[in-house]
Amino acid sequence: MPAGTLYRGREGMWSWVAHRVTGVLIFFFLFVHVLDTSLVRVSPEAYDDVVATYKTPIVNLMEYGLVAAILFHALNGLRVIAVDFWSKGPKYQRQMLWSVVGIWAVLMLGAFYPILQHTLRELFGS
Amino acid sequence: MSAETTTPANDAVSAYDVDHPAPVIEAPRARTRKTPKTTRTNFEMYGWLFMRLSGIVLVVLVLGHLLIQLVLDGGVTKIGFAFVAGRWASPFWQAWDLIMLWLATLHGANGLRTIINDYAERDNTRLWLKGLLYTAAGFTIVLGTLVIFTFDPNIR
Repeated sequence: MPAGTLYRGREGMWSWVAHRVTGVLIFFFLFVHVLDTSLVRVSPEAYDDVVATYKTPIVNLMEYGLVAAILFHALNGLRVIAVDFWSKGPKYQRQMLWSVVGIWAVLMLGAFYPILQHTLRELFGS
Repeated sequence: MSAETTTPANDAVSAYDVDHPAPVIEAPRARTRKTPKTTRTNFEMYGWLFMRLSGIVLVVLVLGHLLIQLVLDGGVTKIGFAFVAGRWASPFWQAWDLIMLWLATLHGANGLRTIINDYAERDNTRLWLKGLLYTAAGFTIVLGTLVIFTFDPNIR
């Protein structure tokens, strides 16, 4: 790609990119999640086996990432709705994006211990 | 104001005249014999509206789901067959999960449909990707619905 031809938008474009990326990730997880949950129709052991995977440190960390993706998609989705339906939405879209990022950061900070406590207890003891 | 100032400046130097006509430019999306009689439906508008309405409901359903499953009461530690059996004993949580399943799958499928339409340029690629998408989404909805309705806590 020749230098200088890549369009780099501002907050509006990057939030749109992030919304797409997180949306695709969440959709793929939804598919996997319905498959793993359907194991409750096979046997309790089959279900508990697959849930054990969700309790390993790496997958536990991925759950934190999943929550990060969903939380951004949810908050930014509300911002998109405000841009579309609130008369002053387009005017304040940038301020709303930084509010989304701020709320997201606070909630992610607060969710760190509750979500990762299983791994933290396993690695560092109770 | 004289008449001359309102005449377009390039009129005198036009490259086209009776002997050298300008090339015909086809109208974009010209109607052909294959074009259906009515090409305008409101499908995309309803899709757009659905994304916003289902999105608002999903914010509540999904964030509530994450709070219960991953944040409260020990996080992921407590999850297991017994935990699922306890929750699905209540019609309220069955309905919660059923509505969440349907809305999330349709919301995600419509989002992916938009992305396929945006990036897959060849007609055949779009056809196959969307075929795969609709198959996967239909399978997910049917399987998930069956699991919620046929769940048996005394399976063993």
